[in-house]
Amino acid sequence: MKILIVEDEKGLRESIAASLSKEHFVIETASDFHSATEKIEDYDYDCILLDIMLPNGSGLQILENLKTAGKSGNVIIISAKDSLDDKLKGLELGADDYLTKPFHLAELNARVKAVLRRNKFDGKNTIEIANVILDLKERSFLVNQENIPLNRKEFDILNYFLLNINRLVTRTALAEHVWGDHIDQADNFDFIYYQIKNLRKKLQNANADIEIEAIYGIGYRLIKK
Amino acid sequence: MKLLNKSLFWLSASVFIIIGVWSLVFYFNLLAEIKESVDEKLDNYKRQIIYQAEKDSSLLLKSSFNESFFVIREIDFNKAISHKDRYKDTLMYMQDADDTVLELEPVRMLSTAFQTKDNSYELQIINSMVEEDDLLEELLRDVIALYLILIASIIIINNVVLRRLWKPFYSILIQLKNYRIGYSKSFPEAFTDTKEFMDLQNAVNILLKHNTETYNQQKQFIENASHELQTPLAIVTNKLELLIEKGNFQNHQAEDISEIMIIIDRLTRLNKSLLLLTKIENKQFLDNKTVSFNEVVHQIIGDLEEIAAFKNVIISVSGKSGLTVEMDISLAHILISNLLRNAIFHNVSNGRVEIELSDNGIQLKNTGSNVPLDSGKIFSRFYKQDKVQNNTGLGLAIVKAICDLYGFTITYRNGQDMHCFEIHVR
Repeated sequence: MKILIVEDEKGLRESIAASLSKEHFVIETASDFHSATEKIEDYDYDCILLDIMLPNGSGLQILENLKTAGKSGNVIIISAKDSLDDKLKGLELGADDYLTKPFHLAELNARVKAVLRRNKFDGKNTIEIANVILDLKERSFLVNQENIPLNRKEFDILNYFLLNINRLVTRTALAEHVWGDHIDQADNFDFIYYQIKNLRKKLQNANADIEIEAIYGIGYRLIKK
Repeated sequence: MKLLNKSLFWLSASVFIIIGVWSLVFYFNLLAEIKESVDEKLDNYKRQIIYQAEKDSSLLLKSSFNESFFVIREIDFNKAISHKDRYKDTLMYMQDADDTVLELEPVRMLSTAFQTKDNSYELQIINSMVEEDDLLEELLRDVIALYLILIASIIIINNVVLRRLWKPFYSILIQLKNYRIGYSKSFPEAFTDTKEFMDLQNAVNILLKHNTETYNQQKQFIENASHELQTPLAIVTNKLELLIEKGNFQNHQAEDISEIMIIIDRLTRLNKSLLLLTKIENKQFLDNKTVSFNEVVHQIIGDLEEIAAFKNVIISVSGKSGLTVEMDISLAHILISNLLRNAIFHNVSNGRVEIELSDNGIQLKNTGSNVPLDSGKIFSRFYKQDKVQNNTGLGLAIVKAICDLYGFTITYRNGQDMHCFEIHVR
């Protein structure tokens, strides 16, 4: 899987590249409009992470070029502009997702995988790891073919962990994922802790071959047993 | 006070003064005029009486006013020579048509002298004068009538003429009220040939043009500021996450990192909330659609039911109304969810949240601390009642800004051990 990161800010570009290469993606980067255009013309990518505000051009223009060239999308816009206009325009021009800076690497990772999954496997949308199956379409969770009922938040959390398997997911990233944008209260770690405790219990009781381990009290990691 | 009423007030006041002064002058002039004409009449009588007296000497014996309007008295010659015609106002007992008994009535008296072949006589002729208080009364009545007629005319003229003259002004005013900087395409137009209104239109349009430019610059600035702040925040978050993934920390180091992460997270939320607030206040959310409050409320309750269950808070909704509002859907979500989250988070264990929908608004009541909130301050930015560190203190400021944007009123009150927020949309 080949991913292009179009981002002018060096620090961010490097962090994203470092994070995604842990997932064994092949990473290429572009730091401005021209180099991005060149790369897109010359190669095909499975996923493109696209910043909107670029030196000497707009990411939206790149999107338009992609569309006219008839190249498949899998574009995730990563922008600091949390502006509805751009979001709508971007999605209209064929972008698959829109992520507002700042984001957590776990969130980006999950979005990239979700986009790849959505566009690769037609109809079926499941995550299968070890003896567990998470069906995103039916919103069901199976361990050894047996249905384990999860509440909505538990499902979302498990989905998030499965997309970030073997990766550290910080509590703040988890909280933001569970709560969405525009949150004012952050004293919800108790709730996260409680949900994870329940989830762990359910995994254990169902003899799932995955488990969630706590990392230093900063976050959690889902691993195969 | 409306312009029409104001001009009516000032016109009435000035007309009152003008008519008052004019009536005084008119009254004295009239009085003088009457006297003059009475005097002429007396003079006329004089000549007739003298003429008659020469022919009919019996007239010379009339020495009292009893049944006539003149007296003749004999005087000596010398006196008659020096006697000049004298007019004077005096009073005399008389019975007018409207009197039942004799009354003192004002009269004008001419005293003069004349000579016959043998003797000299003094002649006094009277003519009843107008009664001044009658005149005054009559005049006052007429003046009041005149005043009322004038005021009525002014009202009519005001309403018809002024209204017509000011029509372009009101037209431009309505257009200005509906004008949204950054959204309205055309500037207000007066459709008039009145110079003042054309000037007004030009001045307004220059101002609007300038404001639109400033607005666009500000919008640009907010976006740039957001970019400038969000990107470093993104870098620092992501670098820190990569650092943690490298692992091999001792517990106290991990604790420090955890604290840093929470602080960065707080910064991020603060920045996002501030941006949101600025955008609402700059009216950058005007993608209005018909939003059903009922639907929004149930969606948000769905999102929050697990946390409510965790906090042992029971949420109940009553009064299913078909309340719909024209507003931006994402702002409707933020509005309700901020209030509902507050109601859940600032609740007590085994508490309740009661949502009541009505045809003109929504009411959220929740159990919580016994201390009533300071209703004057809770909606201001960065106000924190309980000094909770992790709270941005912008949640209710955002709620208020959204309400202000759409002209809703939001009130807080505390009663029956419940905190109650009520929004009236119309």
